[in-house]
Amino acid sequence: MTDASVTPTAAPKPNTSLHQTDARTRKRNAAEKRFKAYGIAAILVGVTFLVILAVSIIRSGLPAFTQTVISVPFTLTQEQFDDAESQLFKTKAYSGHFNSALVETLKAEGLEVSADAKAFERILGKTGGTLREFYAENPDKLGQEVDFELSASSRVDGYMNGRVTRENMEDSRFLEKADLDTVDALIEVGIIKEAFNWNFITGADSGVDNPGGAGIGASVVGSFFMMLVVLFLSLPIGVAASIYLEEFAPQNKFTDLIEVNISNLAAVPSIVFGILGLAVFIQFMHLPQSAPLVGGLVLTLMTLPTIIISTRASLKAVPPSIRDAALGVGASKMQAVFHHVLPLAMPGILTGTIIGLAQALGETAPLLLIGMVGFVARGYPDGFIAGFTEPNSAMPAQIYTWAARADVGFYEKAWGGIIILLLFLLTMNILAVILRRRFERRW
Amino acid sequence: MSVKLTASALAIAAVAATSAAARDQVQVAGSSTVLPYASIVAEAFGENTDFPTPVVESGGSSAGLKRFCQGVGTEHTDVANASRKIRDKEIKACAENGVTEIIEVRIGYDGIVFASQKDGPAYTAFTQSDIFNALAPKVMVDGKLVDNPYKQWSDFNADLPSEDILAFIPGTKHGTREVFEEKVVAAGCEATGAFEAMMAAGMSEDDAEDACLEVMSDGRAVDIDGDYTETLASIDANANGIGVFGLAFYENNTDKLKVATMAGVVPSTETIASAEYPVSRPLFFYVKKAHIGVVPGLKEYAQFFISDELAGPEGPLAQYGLVSDPELADTQGNVAAEGAMTN
Repeated sequence: MTDASVTPTAAPKPNTSLHQTDARTRKRNAAEKRFKAYGIAAILVGVTFLVILAVSIIRSGLPAFTQTVISVPFTLTQEQFDDAESQLFKTKAYSGHFNSALVETLKAEGLEVSADAKAFERILGKTGGTLREFYAENPDKLGQEVDFELSASSRVDGYMNGRVTRENMEDSRFLEKADLDTVDALIEVGIIKEAFNWNFITGADSGVDNPGGAGIGASVVGSFFMMLVVLFLSLPIGVAASIYLEEFAPQNKFTDLIEVNISNLAAVPSIVFGILGLAVFIQFMHLPQSAPLVGGLVLTLMTLPTIIISTRASLKAVPPSIRDAALGVGASKMQAVFHHVLPLAMPGILTGTIIGLAQALGETAPLLLIGMVGFVARGYPDGFIAGFTEPNSAMPAQIYTWAARADVGFYEKAWGGIIILLLFLLTMNILAVILRRRFERRW
Repeated sequence: MSVKLTASALAIAAVAATSAAARDQVQVAGSSTVLPYASIVAEAFGENTDFPTPVVESGGSSAGLKRFCQGVGTEHTDVANASRKIRDKEIKACAENGVTEIIEVRIGYDGIVFASQKDGPAYTAFTQSDIFNALAPKVMVDGKLVDNPYKQWSDFNADLPSEDILAFIPGTKHGTREVFEEKVVAAGCEATGAFEAMMAAGMSEDDAEDACLEVMSDGRAVDIDGDYTETLASIDANANGIGVFGLAFYENNTDKLKVATMAGVVPSTETIASAEYPVSRPLFFYVKKAHIGVVPGLKEYAQFFISDELAGPEGPLAQYGLVSDPELADTQGNVAAEGAMTN
């Protein structure tokens, strides 16, 4: 019974060839093919949803960028001006004068239109504010003919872009079917036409009965000042905290606790920060309500964990050999960090910061409780400091507000606002990608 | 770079320090039903006066009054919008925080309508009893109070469509809910005799009133805590659903919604003004008297709001759907005199 006696005769090797696949290999290959197909399918599903989303956003949002306007020459006399200014509801008096002048002009041109001033109230949007502002700024234009392009009412705007049709509308005090004949006649002669809606890009919010006057510009400014606060607070605080935690802090239970808490903070629902903001910043510290400063502070709290986590990751990614080399030639720990490690980690830090900012830019929930969601139509702040302290809205808050309004015109505005917000987010994310591509070093 | 960062941090600190001073705009919060009217007035106030445009926040009557009652000082709101009257316990909470003088301003009336998908089932006529029978957990069947056996509208009223019962009603933080309960559910409870049956069964009057207001929690009554747009979206998605809307909201969306009559009356500003349409309620805002003279433009805002030009029958608020108050002149006089509520 020796080993040799039981040496088995080697099993005949199967006839294998790389050119002839056996069943097992075929099975494995098929599994791989299936997996690839799943992957492609998953990507296709994702892309399809993205395309559906993009198409629906653009289709619903594009009407916000055009506005139906009524373009006519108009002369306001000194008497009419004084009359309007003497009243409590001045802007209504301005639109009254405009409407009667419009009826006169149309009659003079021999157009077959209803001469009912009420009809023009329904066709025109709220024009008084624009007129009063114009004559307040240009008192010398009184008594002279000025070419105005004033926005038409929401229903007429809807009629121009197909939202309102003769079939789906009913006579109401907002618009009557007979008014559409007048509108058609005015379109014919080019008095009513579509124009690019600059006011949507530059203007501020307007009352619920005036979708034509609503713009997102002021809230873009509000978002900008909030982002300034977030950037200048969360970047230095976040970077300092991460450098200390990553490079200097001793490893003990206390720093462990801090680390766990930072990760926890990143997962806290953003509304919680809003409640905190109301209690601490407004009611305790007496900072102004509805101000971008407070919004920025709240969003800073929200963004800090994101920045700390990404900064620590990019500091970790710098190889220890860099630190060792610097320390080896006699640099102090601080010199090693600030002269060698930090510059190499910078692209990662900036990317993390930009992504954190982009996230903060799209947040509504924390702003709900500090008064930035609602009707905030102060227009542009006067001056840089006022930009932080004067009430303002923010882009996502403005979109949210519009989406909740009854008039469908505001629904379009909300989608248009989404397009603008997405453009900003896209730009920021592209910037992050470029920074990473350009400056990131790999070892 | 670090120097620059320090400088900017200092700049922000400086901004923060200077801004703790008084604010110059009126700060309003409260009912989402009053919000549209308040925003129309706020915009016009900014355009027509030298005061800055007030900031109007939403959030519901209860939330608005809660914030209003948190104290006196510019860090608190000046005005609370409400789609119901302030409650005694809210007045008490206000007083505990030093808000003792409150000016009540009634701006007009608002109708609450029941509407459904324009091309959906023919929900065209309801009575309070129908709504009660559809939603209450205990209803009268053959003279006896029993667990609600109805699944479809036609089960208790042959004139209504054979569709599963589904209603989107305002959530409890809305003032509208209270009106819905009082003017519709409670009225139905009494009209069907359920209230009497409950009393006869030995319930105290208060308990019976509370029991009347309950709605079934099996999913047929869905609380909507958001705005009417959320109700509209739910109606869009559920052809058999009916929703509770403000009259103005419905009038702005007649291309998607059809309205049902209540007890045979078509809701309109006319029928509400004449009190024929049963489901309407007054709308209010409350002004903190201690802030008049401290926050610039506060009294002017209140006066502007209820002026004939704005809140009158020809004004923009009526144009948007508010039913103007026939006693507006009294309210104007009271605001001019800064007459606070007496308790």
